[in-house]
Amino acid sequence: MTKLKYEELKNMRDLIKKSNKNEILVSMGTCGIAAGGDRIYEILKKEISERDLEDIITVKKTGCLGLCFCEPNLIIKIQGLPEVGYGYLNEDIVYKIITEHIMKKTIIDDYVIFLPTIDLFAKNNKNEFENDIKYIFVWEPDKKKNIYNTFIKKITNKNLQEKIKIYSTKYIGMSNKNPIIKILPENIIYSNFTEHQIENIIETHFIKKTIINEFLLFSDNPNIKIREHNKQYNQIRVVLKNSGYIDPENVNDYINRDGYMALEKVLLNMTPEAVIEEIKKSGLRGRGGAGFPTGIKWEITKNTDSDIKYIVCNADEGDPGAYMDRSILEGDPYSVIEGMTICAYAVGARNGYIYVRAEYPLAIKRLEMAINKAKELGLLGENILGTNFSFDIEIRLGAGAFVCGEETALIASIEGKRGMPKPRPPFPSKEGLWGKPTVINNVETWANIPIIINKGYEWFSSIGTEQSKGTKVFALTGKVKNPGLIEVAMGTTLKEIIYNIGGGIFNNKRFKAAQSGGPSGGVISEDFIDYPIEYESLQKIGSMMGSGGLIVMDEDDCMVDVAKFYLQFTVDESCGKCAPCRIGGKQLLEILKSISSGKAEENDIERLKRISLAMNKASLCGLGQSSPNPVISTLKYFEYEYIEHIRDRKCKTGKCKELIIYEINPDKCIGCGACALRCPVTAISGEKRKPHVIDQLKCVKCGECYNTCKFGAINKN
Amino acid sequence: MTEKEKNKIKILINKKEIEVDENLTILDAAKHARIKIPTLCKHEDLHATGACGICVVKVEGMKKLVRSCTTPIQENMSIITHDAELHEVRKNVIELILSNHPNECLTCLRNGSCELQRFAEEFGIREKFFKPLIVEKSKDLSTKAIVVDAKKCIKCGRCVDVCQKIQEVWALEFINRGFDMRIAPAGDILLSDSPCIKCGQCSAHCPVGALIEYEETDKVWNALRDENLYPVVQIAPAVRVAFGESFGLLPGTITTKKIYALLRKLGFKAVFDTNFGADVTIMEEATEFYERYQLNRNKLPLITSCCPSWVDYLEKYYPELIEHFSTVKSPHQITGVLTKTYFAQKNNIDPGKIFMVSIMPCTAKKYEISRTDEMFASGFQDVDVSLTTRELVRMAYSGGIDFERLEEEEPDEILGNYSGAGTIFGTTGGVMEAALRTAYYLFTGKNLEKIELNEIRGLDGIKKANIKVDSKEIKVCIAHGIGNIKKVLDEIKESKTKKVKPPYDFIEVMACPGGCVAGGGQPYQISDKLRIQRSNGIYNDDKQQQVRFSHENPMVKKLYEEFLGKPLSKKSHQLLHTKYKPRPIYYK
Amino acid sequence: MTMQKEEIKLPNEIIEYIEKNSNKKGFEIMILHKIQEIYGYVPRKIAMELSRKLNIPLAKIYGIITFYHIFKLNKPGKYRISVCMGTACYLKGGEDILGEIENILGIGVNSTTEDGIFSIEIVRCIGCCGIAPAIVINNKVYGNLKKDQLIEILSEYTKIEGKEIKND
Repeated sequence: MTKLKYEELKNMRDLIKKSNKNEILVSMGTCGIAAGGDRIYEILKKEISERDLEDIITVKKTGCLGLCFCEPNLIIKIQGLPEVGYGYLNEDIVYKIITEHIMKKTIIDDYVIFLPTIDLFAKNNKNEFENDIKYIFVWEPDKKKNIYNTFIKKITNKNLQEKIKIYSTKYIGMSNKNPIIKILPENIIYSNFTEHQIENIIETHFIKKTIINEFLLFSDNPNIKIREHNKQYNQIRVVLKNSGYIDPENVNDYINRDGYMALEKVLLNMTPEAVIEEIKKSGLRGRGGAGFPTGIKWEITKNTDSDIKYIVCNADEGDPGAYMDRSILEGDPYSVIEGMTICAYAVGARNGYIYVRAEYPLAIKRLEMAINKAKELGLLGENILGTNFSFDIEIRLGAGAFVCGEETALIASIEGKRGMPKPRPPFPSKEGLWGKPTVINNVETWANIPIIINKGYEWFSSIGTEQSKGTKVFALTGKVKNPGLIEVAMGTTLKEIIYNIGGGIFNNKRFKAAQSGGPSGGVISEDFIDYPIEYESLQKIGSMMGSGGLIVMDEDDCMVDVAKFYLQFTVDESCGKCAPCRIGGKQLLEILKSISSGKAEENDIERLKRISLAMNKASLCGLGQSSPNPVISTLKYFEYEYIEHIRDRKCKTGKCKELIIYEINPDKCIGCGACALRCPVTAISGEKRKPHVIDQLKCVKCGECYNTCKFGAINKN
Repeated sequence: MTEKEKNKIKILINKKEIEVDENLTILDAAKHARIKIPTLCKHEDLHATGACGICVVKVEGMKKLVRSCTTPIQENMSIITHDAELHEVRKNVIELILSNHPNECLTCLRNGSCELQRFAEEFGIREKFFKPLIVEKSKDLSTKAIVVDAKKCIKCGRCVDVCQKIQEVWALEFINRGFDMRIAPAGDILLSDSPCIKCGQCSAHCPVGALIEYEETDKVWNALRDENLYPVVQIAPAVRVAFGESFGLLPGTITTKKIYALLRKLGFKAVFDTNFGADVTIMEEATEFYERYQLNRNKLPLITSCCPSWVDYLEKYYPELIEHFSTVKSPHQITGVLTKTYFAQKNNIDPGKIFMVSIMPCTAKKYEISRTDEMFASGFQDVDVSLTTRELVRMAYSGGIDFERLEEEEPDEILGNYSGAGTIFGTTGGVMEAALRTAYYLFTGKNLEKIELNEIRGLDGIKKANIKVDSKEIKVCIAHGIGNIKKVLDEIKESKTKKVKPPYDFIEVMACPGGCVAGGGQPYQISDKLRIQRSNGIYNDDKQQQVRFSHENPMVKKLYEEFLGKPLSKKSHQLLHTKYKPRPIYYK
Repeated sequence: MTMQKEEIKLPNEIIEYIEKNSNKKGFEIMILHKIQEIYGYVPRKIAMELSRKLNIPLAKIYGIITFYHIFKLNKPGKYRISVCMGTACYLKGGEDILGEIENILGIGVNSTTEDGIFSIEIVRCIGCCGIAPAIVINNKVYGNLKKDQLIEILSEYTKIEGKEIKND
């Protein structure tokens, strides 16, 4: 392909948009593959080829749908049927998809899933559906399927079964404690109705064709008003707009969804100043953690006098429990490249770097492909789109150092050095890579740029709160029912995220705390579950936005153990350059270890506080300064748990293994000796058929006896 | 910094307005206001790294504390350098550092001169509140010159900076990271297997006892009480202008004759002066230059070789330039070999019983004394022990000597008298100046009218001059600090590959910035100010000498008449010259 | 920089890679990735050669290798088992998984089995939190793991090598 001029890109887009094909998009991010997505893809490929269906439907790989809990999964678009996803796939279902969904145009019950949100590109597909058939998808928490069955019954009674099809689904894109139904093609979601109101729904919605406001949770029709209260159930995919919808290795797919429209607009109709103004007005703030206004960052670099300037994408996502950036890179690499290119134009840079973790091979591969393709098409390199603007991007790999997510350390690493941070000022926007002015933003920030340019700052700043605009992607993990990648408007509360999106706590246990901001953040206790999630409010309660890891913890999680986990991480990842972080972190960790093993003294809490102060005030970089946060915040909200560990030598959750005492209840022990046989340190003794005892001095608290005993004779305290 | 015009700006330090040069850091600006902000990592010679975290200050309008060592001042900036909160933060940091530092002050070489110890004292730290977190690591004594005691290291990074950025030797680097980070040669090998050139600049900059000289005072004390031995001593040029600092005298104060007295008091039977050896070195080296210039131009430039660190460096990194080296031994080796031959014969002393100690500003001299077979030219090890200035200071204190009140004494005959040319060996440019004074005489038969060659004095890293000798112009170059030397050597290498005339005829090299006055074995607190003060002392010593040309030193003349014949004679070659060989940068 | 006892050549693949990218600044880390891709670790002799080829101090190379945890100084096993200890994996029992692997193989973290087949290391979040706890063997990710699945997974590899896991 030759390099595109501006008009040619336009024509290309028009052509692609016209050729709307049937396709199956198999979710194949790293975890999708790990969950078996590659196998599903292979089978589909093979079957479709063997059955000569290649002209009818194309099988494609796509990035992460965000629905990690139901992987492997896919999305299927075929004329005559609404676009649906299928999750919890296995080989049998895949065959069924081919024979029923594709060949017979019948949706398969039970395995249908839906992406959780408003698709910014959703067209009114009504015309494509056969005649005016309606589809109702039912999700209900109860396994008895009462709602589903009632719908079937009522519809059949009314003899509407040819006009209205009912399916049960495993995930409908949001969670509620009550059943939810989604009606297509009008894309209406109802919930909070009872079995007895189903009749009413059929009557009102389908026969009278009137929206039932009382039950309405969602509609993408702008003329239909949704109650403010119900908006909380929605995710809004701005950054993840393409992830799961396009083949990330195919530039046409990107262009089809308005890809490179922003660059086109910028190069032809906007001055660099206007671009920066647009970004400034949008209120976009850095998504890497600290939340510095992006437009101002760009402006500083633009206004710094230098013949050479650089653009850097920080893709060194290292927070444990965070994989937003990986998913974006794997699912939509062009959006990042386009964002960087727009910035290069705005600040006057010629070269850019994407610094990406070596642990993300798939993201690297897709980035490489995207960069090469963009160069081939003249969307990167010399004279982009035939203008005299030139910009090039190079990939640099991280090598297993969390600290390189800190911008000055990242710069050192790109320069080929040990990734040790430098004191700021000078800030990289003025003196960055090789001493030149450098704009560094993280992946998610870059991915926001094209859509801001396309849709305008007003649209963007209408999402979110006063100080935090737009959306935030979170990797929602830990003890929630539906872990995965989510995207919500800034200002959404933790409660909404956990319960309406995450489906509540796993096994219906009690929520204890959530952790945001990774090792730099802190825990958010139940007291703040209704707090809006935005930069300032999180900082106020001792946590931080961070890059978007959100880990939910329940009553079984011990806060001392959690703090210890994060400190272990920080200690392993500290660069070692400055004394407060290097020694302070290790000291904190050692104290936490002694607390969780029952060897601590009361003084230790004072020690934790003094060390935290020194680290917070005197560490060189943001990482060191924030690394005591997990300790400070757990101490703030759960000091009693620390005291319990120190004074009573007790860990209620049982997480601190060394504090557990296993004892044999002589009333229940029948002296079978099974536990003694399993004990790895021969701490259990006793005569046959007589109650045994555990020698506490020998016991290593492995729990084998507890797991072995069939008579419940072993007490765990 | 000799910028002609510096803009002044106003800042507020602790609410007091002051006017200082712009482009200063907060730390330096505070220094101007005579406010001392504590720091453990920043050293005047070196780049600020911000490692220790003690120099944090408050700046109005900034949420976080900033490091004063790296933060530049700005017009109207309002800074608080000291208050109770900063004290608390600093104290906590110092306590953290102490928790990671062994409690071995009493047996530490830096006891009393340790910067960490001083802060512990000043901040009133009276208990170890944090539990000790010491990582055991045995000392690396392999070089017998520099000792690495990694256990005591506080990771300030000064040694790494001086070794990599100033010396460009790269013997030391941080390895590992986080709490496991420490200083070590590449691959955690012994220092003696590494590119280390033993210059000791690391030890001169180390704030604690992690890098120190290989202590040999006990060996000397043992020799002094061994009745079978005949202990003889010599002192290097740079020692005399720095030694007094440890006894409250101003840097640059010349204490030569007090040191002679001190050494006699300690029990040495003969007290010589390395400056005599320096005069002999000049006789040989100036002649060598003269001969090469006249007969063997392709072996020009001649490069001086009296700095053992420099010798080690060239053998490792530029072996192809070995032929350019002067083959003359360094002054202390010459004094050593002459003691065990000429002096021994004249006084009928068994050279095997002579125990030669040299007092040097240098750690590398400890390495030089057994560097090659030529260092045993007398049939014995020519110099038995080489002590640093700092070690002699300790001997003086433990020897109970009231240095201030010592009566001045003269050195012993026949290796004690020196000329002004001999003494300036101790500073950068000095060897060249001394050599040129004699070379000029060799070329012209006359002495220089203007004895002092100001154009090759001073602290510029690379100094170049064209010296007029009759109709000839001798192009000389002086470099100090290995980083500067590299640039000069690369020029030579390039001219050789291009087969063009090299840009210089004669090059002087000293490994330590400033030359031996700022050597790795000198008293602590090195800075450019101190380098200048000491080197001024050296030049004053030169001025005070009646004889200022090596070739006019009567004792040197006598030496040649009685013993050596003439410069570059067969005997000279046997005793006063050495050989060089390529060495691997890494032995492992 | 000339003197070295043994002169050994860098493999052509590396020389080509270096030359292809010779105009790129700060490329050392990328070259080390390449070396490790070939050898599985960074052999000292290769590091020395690289130092000579790029004219950068060996100490700098070692500074880099020992700073970044991806680079290894010793030869790892043919199959590198990376146990994820990201938050999600930790909370969901990553430590138990690690313990079981150590148990089965009889070696600890950062060591290699005697036959050179397996080595174990800990990694920080491989970004598969949705299927925690997870491990990676060479490039293959295994998620939603339970302790009792491990022996089977490891046997896949020993079978390829024609060996059996000794389990005592």
